[in-house]
Amino acid sequence: MIELISSLVPADIAAHAPALLVVAPMFLAPIAAFMPNGRLAWLLSIIATGVSLIMAIVLLAQVRSIEGGAVLSYAMGGWAPDAGIEFRIDALNSMVLLLVSVIGFLAAIFSWPSVVAEVRDAKRAMFYAAYLVCFTGLCGVASTGDAFNLFVFLEISSIATYVLVALGASRDRRALPAAANYLLMGTIGASFFVVGVGFLYAATGTLNMAELAVRLQDMQGNKAVLAGYAFIFVGLGIKAAMFPLHQWLPNAYAYSPSFVTMFLAATATKVAIYALVRFLFTVFGLEFAFEGSTLIWILMPMGIAAMIACSFQAVFQTDVRRTLAYSSVAQVGYMLLGISIATTAGVSAGMFHLVNHALIKGALFMALAGMVLSYQGTSLNDLKGLGRSAPWTMTAFAIGAVSLIGVPLTAGFQSKFALVNALFEHGWWWAVAVVMFSSLLAVVYMGRILEAVFFRAPSNPNKRRKEAPLLILIPLWILAIANIWVGVQGGFVAGLAEDAAMSLFIGDVS
Amino acid sequence: MSGEMAIAAALLLPLLICAGIWLAGRVPDLREGVTLLGAGALFVIAIIIAGHVSAGTPAELSLGEAVPGLEFAFKAEPLGALFALVASGLWIVNSFYSIGYMRGNRERNQTRFYMCFAIALFGAMGVALSANLFTLFVFYEILTLSTYPLVAHKGDANAQRGARIYLMTLLGTSIGFLLVAVIWTGALAGSLDFVPGGLLQQAEGLTPVVASALLLLFAFGVGKAALMPFHFWLPNAMVAPTPVSALLHAVAVVKAGVFTILKVAIYVFGEEILNATASREFILAVACFTIIVASLIAMTKDNLKARLAYSTVAQLAYVTCGAMLADPAGFMGGSLQIAAHAVGKITLFMCAGAIYVATGLTNISDMRGLGKRMPLVFIAFFIASLSIIGIPPLAGDWPKYELMQGAADADLDYVPIVLIVSSLLNIAYLLPIPILALMPPPGSPEPAPYKRPGGAPLLTVAAPCFTAALCFIMFFTVGPISEFLEPATGERIPSAYMTTGGAP
Repeated sequence: MIELISSLVPADIAAHAPALLVVAPMFLAPIAAFMPNGRLAWLLSIIATGVSLIMAIVLLAQVRSIEGGAVLSYAMGGWAPDAGIEFRIDALNSMVLLLVSVIGFLAAIFSWPSVVAEVRDAKRAMFYAAYLVCFTGLCGVASTGDAFNLFVFLEISSIATYVLVALGASRDRRALPAAANYLLMGTIGASFFVVGVGFLYAATGTLNMAELAVRLQDMQGNKAVLAGYAFIFVGLGIKAAMFPLHQWLPNAYAYSPSFVTMFLAATATKVAIYALVRFLFTVFGLEFAFEGSTLIWILMPMGIAAMIACSFQAVFQTDVRRTLAYSSVAQVGYMLLGISIATTAGVSAGMFHLVNHALIKGALFMALAGMVLSYQGTSLNDLKGLGRSAPWTMTAFAIGAVSLIGVPLTAGFQSKFALVNALFEHGWWWAVAVVMFSSLLAVVYMGRILEAVFFRAPSNPNKRRKEAPLLILIPLWILAIANIWVGVQGGFVAGLAEDAAMSLFIGDVS
Repeated sequence: MSGEMAIAAALLLPLLICAGIWLAGRVPDLREGVTLLGAGALFVIAIIIAGHVSAGTPAELSLGEAVPGLEFAFKAEPLGALFALVASGLWIVNSFYSIGYMRGNRERNQTRFYMCFAIALFGAMGVALSANLFTLFVFYEILTLSTYPLVAHKGDANAQRGARIYLMTLLGTSIGFLLVAVIWTGALAGSLDFVPGGLLQQAEGLTPVVASALLLLFAFGVGKAALMPFHFWLPNAMVAPTPVSALLHAVAVVKAGVFTILKVAIYVFGEEILNATASREFILAVACFTIIVASLIAMTKDNLKARLAYSTVAQLAYVTCGAMLADPAGFMGGSLQIAAHAVGKITLFMCAGAIYVATGLTNISDMRGLGKRMPLVFIAFFIASLSIIGIPPLAGDWPKYELMQGAADADLDYVPIVLIVSSLLNIAYLLPIPILALMPPPGSPEPAPYKRPGGAPLLTVAAPCFTAALCFIMFFTVGPISEFLEPATGERIPSAYMTTGGAP
């Protein structure tokens, strides 16, 4: 499948895939902004994300063409690295790019009915432009090999995100403070990050990440590097919603337009985690990040704290979107825990969960978006009895929910299994207990929702409710089936995650 | 039929039946025909699998890996073949019974009911035939999830509450403990396959402390085995319609639980390591405690199904007890108990259901003198009670005998005493029911008239009579059955102490 698609792409184009992947949505974004109506902008955004998806597949095929994973280096504009900006794609990048572009593409298709319902007509073209800019930024973060360029892309995506979140104001005015809060936190995070990059530049004189890695090897104990490390860690921690820096997330998810919530939940924090992993393992290196510094001891406790505290918070929410938002922070904890093991198995489990969680939350939020269409409101009360009136939407929701819990034959089970296995191999059996306890909390908070959906009578039976439109149902079911597919035949995704983890440990810093 | 094909058929057939039931949902007679034909075919397949096992020809099937290292693999061995035979065989009887019960009671959503039943059998077959812990765990959960709608079938608040407790307990223990145990085993041994002699023999660095912790996780993680304190879901699940209680909570679900325990004892730990594991004796003591206490609670229950539920809790602990004796006779006793108790308890439940359909009565104290109207039902009840108590010539005698032998072999003096006390308690809480019904003391009031004109439907009376007869037959066929099981349990110490089919 991957080989087939990539073989259809002409070699000339394939050679420039790293650039095209980012450039296509970037150039189509302003065009979308000037479209006379929203529908054209929507079609344009499908095309843009579709091009990116194909390029991501091409890149994946190129990376996988060599046993163990090739590293593609692309000099932007023909300027050789160090002077110019390098795009650098290895197994980890290609996995994240594929994830972002698949979700981005599905999200673009699904967006129309939801946007029509929630965004005013005049703003739709701008909305899609903002979406494409956000998408560009995420893809850029996941493909660049330049530390400062990463900051630029991070800000491109973040600024677009603030706009997207604020557009939820036409549905709920609370979107405005949520967006402002997010803007504040996001800007602090980005500033921390860029200050950190500044320290590194001062100490080493380069911004290229591969070159940074080489030069940092001899700088153990350098105070400027340590300061840079701390700034970058915290900055990316905010972006990734690492506990306790996650306060911006629940409101941003709860009040933004349904489509934005779905896209952000499935991609934004994932990309930030990618950047964190990239800096921890590649730029600073295993030795520096995990042994030379005590800061890393924050990663694991924070992961565990998120798994417990935010799962508890999820249990007590009455708005389903907030439940899912808190659960997202908790799930980020799983990924951080896996990464903090710092073994191939651990990081691979973390990456596996990263992909699976994107599939899970994507499906859950898509189903919720479909529900919001026919029935305003996302409180637990509103969901009662929906299982009967919208069986297709809610069955897909249920698949996502059991996958989140980690029931066998679903994606969530596989990655939790891998995580627990890695924990046992590393001897952290006490962390296993935490993972299991957190899973039980997931049973409780998702169980409440499922029970309301399938076993309760509707609280207001006179209100008309119906199935989500096909444009939502099709991408929704693609994600739901992907959850089952990874659960039954997870070799492909697990392989991607393992290659990604391997690529971090080769120590390939040349 | 080759072994591979037979296993594939055993897994595929319940799903096909489920689809068939759905398609034929509008025509009840056709729908029930699908169930009966399918159940019959499944039983034949189970016999074929058992034939392969006893002939020693391999019956294995692999459906590929979920992720590398986690394989969907199936392999028939004596214990699993026996469980598959019991579950599929009793499904036929139970299907006849269900038809009478569900129609007699005019229950709603019958199509969903029969479909979930078929999926539950799919889960049971998967558990029975699984070749590794991962496959077993997956099907264990399928069994849990597919039976949840059955427990909640009535749909009222009470049923929902019972079903929620059912789901939460079984899911909670399995995710919280069993899954941990499974993954830990995999991390220790590098594999999850069931290995004769014990998978953990391969494990390097297995300290007694780790083995103890692992065994505890397994024993309490298998919530379906209803070991105290995780037994409370079973009485709560009695809100289900009686055919569900009969097949699922006397045969498929609970037996899948104790089957898992036996399987773990024999194929994961193995006799040797189990004997060296300290927590084994603790779990044995918990099992004995469960036997006595559950029997005592059963005596206090006036609701017939509640009494039977606690009796099931006690009888299930026999199997755990046998597994924890960790010698061949104990394993044999546990395995025989799976079959013998299934036949006996399904009879009791079906009788309870027949009484309910005919009269609407659920309390034992209202059933005095009812035996005059429903003699066959109460005679079947009487026979099955004797079998549960363990009186020859009935099937329930053998497991108790083997367990006592196993306890004696293992030099555990208190276990035979527990078993004898349990038998006495069984007499006290089971026998009064049929005796007071058949021979009411003079002066007791006439029982209430039939609620349903014509009394119990014929099928709901014939089915328990048939299984009561099975209790007799199994007593005399225990020789071949124990020979069949011997490769799994191991040679018992005095190899000729049980003559084939006769008295000990």
